[in-house]
Amino acid sequence: MLRRWLKANALLVPTGVWLGFFLIAPLVVVVEFSIATRDTGVARAVLPWTIDAYRTALDPAFLPIFGRTLLYAAATTLACLLLGFPLAWFIARHGGRWRTALLAAVLIPFWSSYLARIYAWKALLDGEGLANTVLGWVGLDRDGGFLLTDGAVVLGLTYGFLPFMVLPLYVACERFDVRLMEASYDLGHGRVSTFFRVVLPGVMSGVLAGSLLVLVPAAGDFVTPKLLGGVEQSTFGSVIDDQFRGGNNWPLGSAMAVLLLVLVVAVLVLRGRRGEDVL
Amino acid sequence: MNRRPWVLGAVVVFVFLFLYAPIAWLAIASFNSSRSLSRISGFSLQWYSELADDTRVFASLQLTLQLALASALISTVIGTLAAFGLRRAFPGRGLWTVLLSLPLVVPEVVMGVAMLGFFVKLAGIPLGFGALLFAHVAFSLSFVVVVVRSRVSGMDARMEEAAADLGASPFVAFRTVTLPLVAPAVAAGAAFAFLLSFDDVVISSYLTGVGSTTLPVFVYAQASKRGISPEIVALSTLMVTATALLLIIGVVFASWRARRAGSVAKLAG
Repeated sequence: MLRRWLKANALLVPTGVWLGFFLIAPLVVVVEFSIATRDTGVARAVLPWTIDAYRTALDPAFLPIFGRTLLYAAATTLACLLLGFPLAWFIARHGGRWRTALLAAVLIPFWSSYLARIYAWKALLDGEGLANTVLGWVGLDRDGGFLLTDGAVVLGLTYGFLPFMVLPLYVACERFDVRLMEASYDLGHGRVSTFFRVVLPGVMSGVLAGSLLVLVPAAGDFVTPKLLGGVEQSTFGSVIDDQFRGGNNWPLGSAMAVLLLVLVVAVLVLRGRRGEDVL
Repeated sequence: MNRRPWVLGAVVVFVFLFLYAPIAWLAIASFNSSRSLSRISGFSLQWYSELADDTRVFASLQLTLQLALASALISTVIGTLAAFGLRRAFPGRGLWTVLLSLPLVVPEVVMGVAMLGFFVKLAGIPLGFGALLFAHVAFSLSFVVVVVRSRVSGMDARMEEAAADLGASPFVAFRTVTLPLVAPAVAAGAAFAFLLSFDDVVISSYLTGVGSTTLPVFVYAQASKRGISPEIVALSTLMVTATALLLIIGVVFASWRARRAGSVAKLAG
């Protein structure tokens, strides 16, 4: 029995051990912390078990922050889809022998430092930045620039996560059989109906995989909202971060982390088995 | 197929502009004579010369590179094994897929605080290089598996069967047939893992110990006090330039080799 299991899983054992120790065990510990009592003295969680942390975490005061976080994540995913799909389609269908080079070109900017990129956006978007100056020529400038707005945060998040959308979409677009489109045109469908009835279902696995890879990390990010937004743009991730770094309330931070994990699991369950071949 | 590819082309150009605008701006600002990132006041090489003299930046850059290389090496080896392990269907494969998709979708802040709590309070792993390495491999592994697996599952098993029929031992068949076929994906997975580790801020910020600050964490700590330093902007510019050059050399070399292989084939034919 054991031997048979080992034979089938042998190659997976190192990965399983590593993830078990350094990912699953920590996540289990977070759940345990979330039901522990806060001990302010040494900032560690202690017995007895309680659900106080969840009561605080689900307090209506945190609700706007949670809602805002989900809204940012959804808007980011949509923006990544709208920008990523044409790009992935173009590279897969019209890239020819430049395909690999074009895909590489998508990734090159990400070899700079993540923080340097965000600060570059900060500089481009602030009151005396390039965006405001150029928009000023046509009278569309905004007093004080575009920082500290929801738009700036979504833009920063979109920029940061776009490659995670493009790569799975590219795989799906490359696999898509273009003859299906021709068939659809031959059968009298227009461009719009062909797109929604033939192309979109055909690349759905890539759309789902990419959306998953963008939605969840975007919901947890706090560095981008912190740097491009202000107090009004703080997200759930930054509240969690505060509990561990400054606030010293590990049980509350853990409870919030567990809530975010529940969201992840919900998204995974909703997706089910669709798009599994891409991700 | 697209009857009006120029519409598509215009969108693609726009997306590339979006991708490269901040990078181009960083490059321009790195030659700025003032500290400001948003207003360019004149040309100077001041920040590059200050960067060259900054031993603290180089110390953390060295640590970050060592960490990224070690993490990429480990995650590529065990991730590639796992990708091969998932090649054939067997009971329990779905469970492995779920486990492997977790690091891709669990938010970084959750992973960071979870590892901090586990390493410090329970496992007794001291913060620092070791803790960082464990964590970085844990979040990079899945990316390697996804990339390599897509190649492995698209591979024609008959190629290996043919090698076996021609008398190759399993090891020889693996080395001469399987490995060359998956090598590009393994390389891509390794590059991915390197980049993820090299650029990680959030998880690393929880796990750095005294004297083991990675470059992104160092920059983050510095930036939250007085904005990002122009030296870091200069360093980022250098890094992007180096990567772009490497890629261009790679593409040119690959097309040169393909052309040479083509003309050899013509001669032989």
